[in-house]
Amino acid sequence: MVTKLKETDAVVIGMGFCGAILSRELTKAGLNVVGFERGADRNPAEEFTLTRLRDELRYVQRLELMQDNSIDTVTFRNAPDELALPIRRFGAFLPGEGVGGTGIHWGALHWRFLPSDFRIKSVLTEKYGAKSIPDTMTIQDWPVSYDEIEPHYDRFDKLCGVSGQAGNLRGKQIAGGNPFEGPRGNDYPNKPIKTGSGPQMFSDAAKSLGYHAFPVPVATSSAAYVNPEGIALGACEYCGHCNRTACEANAKASPNVNMMPVLRTEPKFELRTRSFVTKLLYDKEAKRVTGVVYTDMKTGEEYEQPAVLVVLSSFVFGNTQQLLLAGIGDAYDPRTGKGTVGKNYCYQFEAGAEAFFEGREFNPFMGAPGMGTAIDDFNGENFDHANLGFFGGGYIACLNGGAPPIGGRVLPKGEPRWGEGWKQAEAKWYRCNTRFNTQGSVYAHRDNFMDLDPTYKDALGRPLVRLTYNATENDHKMSRYLVEKMEGVIKAMKPTHYEVHNRPKNFTIVPYQSTHCTGGTMMGTDPGSSVVNRYLQAWDAHNLFVQGASVFPQQHGYNPTGTLGALAYWSAKAITEKYLKSPGPLVHA
Amino acid sequence: MSEDQFPRRKFLLGAGIAGTALAAGLSEPVEAQQPAPAATAAPPEPEPFVTLTALEAAFITAAVDTLIPADELSPSGSDCGVAIFIDRQLGSAWGGGAKMYRAGPFTKGKPEQGYQLALTPREYFAAGISAANAWSRKTYGGKDFDRLGTADRVAALKAMEDGKAEFENFNARAFFAQLHAITMAGFFSDPIYGGNRDKIGWKVLGFPGLPATYSDKIDAYRDKRYVADPQSIADFS
Repeated sequence: MVTKLKETDAVVIGMGFCGAILSRELTKAGLNVVGFERGADRNPAEEFTLTRLRDELRYVQRLELMQDNSIDTVTFRNAPDELALPIRRFGAFLPGEGVGGTGIHWGALHWRFLPSDFRIKSVLTEKYGAKSIPDTMTIQDWPVSYDEIEPHYDRFDKLCGVSGQAGNLRGKQIAGGNPFEGPRGNDYPNKPIKTGSGPQMFSDAAKSLGYHAFPVPVATSSAAYVNPEGIALGACEYCGHCNRTACEANAKASPNVNMMPVLRTEPKFELRTRSFVTKLLYDKEAKRVTGVVYTDMKTGEEYEQPAVLVVLSSFVFGNTQQLLLAGIGDAYDPRTGKGTVGKNYCYQFEAGAEAFFEGREFNPFMGAPGMGTAIDDFNGENFDHANLGFFGGGYIACLNGGAPPIGGRVLPKGEPRWGEGWKQAEAKWYRCNTRFNTQGSVYAHRDNFMDLDPTYKDALGRPLVRLTYNATENDHKMSRYLVEKMEGVIKAMKPTHYEVHNRPKNFTIVPYQSTHCTGGTMMGTDPGSSVVNRYLQAWDAHNLFVQGASVFPQQHGYNPTGTLGALAYWSAKAITEKYLKSPGPLVHA
Repeated sequence: MSEDQFPRRKFLLGAGIAGTALAAGLSEPVEAQQPAPAATAAPPEPEPFVTLTALEAAFITAAVDTLIPADELSPSGSDCGVAIFIDRQLGSAWGGGAKMYRAGPFTKGKPEQGYQLALTPREYFAAGISAANAWSRKTYGGKDFDRLGTADRVAALKAMEDGKAEFENFNARAFFAQLHAITMAGFFSDPIYGGNRDKIGWKVLGFPGLPATYSDKIDAYRDKRYVADPQSIADFS
């Protein structure tokens, strides 16, 4: 039996960065907010502590902070004519679970998209002609411009205490920063973090080739900093341990550290953890969501929580699944191209490399996931694509994220992986290699999408999301081009030996590649081509606002968190300043 | 927002303590590593296996000693605690399939779709060891893997790694990959889990372990090796 509770002003489903931002902005506007999180509460004072966090086995190998696949997972296949099978333990991507979501274990690389990314279809059409875009490439312009969301990028930068070097401050080029970035209204809150030996050599080599190297922007504060919420952040200690874990120094941004402390003392906010929202209650006639049904995992009881406003801020898969289950919007069908929910699933198409410098000492265990330098010369439309045979690009970086001993070792090809001579090889190469990666865009393809699996169900009896995704010829060409450029810089660094790793032809669900999954509930200018409008308001339910990377029309050549945080602030502003005054569609279709 | 509404002091303190504890930890091991008084010290007992059967333990011991042979850099894998580590891991929640989707139907699928068996890691290793021993008996004159001489053990593992060993009803190559992965985890994880005894794996690499406040060391040690006696979780307990 479902117990019906008293109506609340707003519910927020999923307490990652977007959920925390929306909860904060809505309570500030006077709303009573119930925050739902299906996983554990994660309180930094208890969990982000030493020696607890210094445990590679628990966090990096056994995935302590990640979604519990025994409760919920995703099925996967490469193509629409294949049989999808469940991902039994996550590998290629690692959505988090619990308060903080994926915003705890992320690497904190904090980028903005290019101004041209926001109108990519128009730009490509203008530059290369409409015919140059293949029919199968279902890219779209964003319904917002860089200039419109720039102030919100700025707010999110400040919340996170981002460290970096501006390259374009209000239109003025600043030496040492990224010359391709959109104009920033304000400088980064913090100076760049330190640079390790490998990244420094990369920067020098890139500059010698005429490229524009700069420090990678990171949501890891380089110095003590108090964010606009009044929360004191510590300085990064370069411990090299924080990828897939949290930060005990409160330097790496997370919802838990940078926002939740304020919400925890906010009387208008109620956090319900281990509360699994299974269903959105949709009144199709009235075009609104009347509330949610959830199971309290601590008691096994089921509740209905009516709400005036509903914010859906779970991961890409959860957002898409909720809309499909509730029948909000039309499910995408790749055969007809009709429908929008589940459409344009995209990913990050990364390739990598490592270079070995025999006899050098890089102390690779000193680092932070975003500690590095990058070039942006081959991202988006920063370079000419005429006659290249592909669109898109990405940044190329040399990163020193730490070298945890179980998973952070790498050996040159030909060295033994075990047995005689293996330890000697590890001792020789562990301390003198440096890593590179290309953060390639993924421009949407007609056949890459999500729908509901016809066979497999989650522990609560709901159909799993079925992911159909493969690497496209465009993305392979783009990536090979980036790898070629990366190789040029590596050669100029004069390593003893180096190896590059192109992606295999088919996307595989193992090993780990990137958690930059996007799409499924994309934003756009009209209901025929999108699920939510420019304010992230569902076209088919005016009191439902969908947050996160699921609203990206396609994925560009950068880590997505900077943009999803900016969009959360942008959406919150529209809700509090426009929607609450006059509830109804903010954009008329 | 006022100070008493928000526990800002606690946060500052939290960050401060973290830094201080680590900094202090750097000078701690001298004291921490003082040997216990001789009169109360009992001779070390061999640690018992609690998850693996005797036959499985013999296989795992032989395997980790072949993957990690004793040499000038470290004792053998089992003498570094790697077999005990595997025993404990397979008996852990992870070994029992925690956080693993185990509902059917089961289908082989494509390699791109990853692991598609119902078996938990503990069950997988049981099946794998059994299949490996059966193959070993067939290939090496009736001998289980642990009865083989060093050269044959190396050849057997190599055959599994290269996919040349044909186990009956079990993927030998995938089994080797799992065996290799868990062995490496045992050699390099924190010693609190039973492997990496005396932090020997970390010493091989030059990995300093837990203390990691490097903001003042990145520049100071640029192109210079930073050497520290590694410290593990138990050193701070």
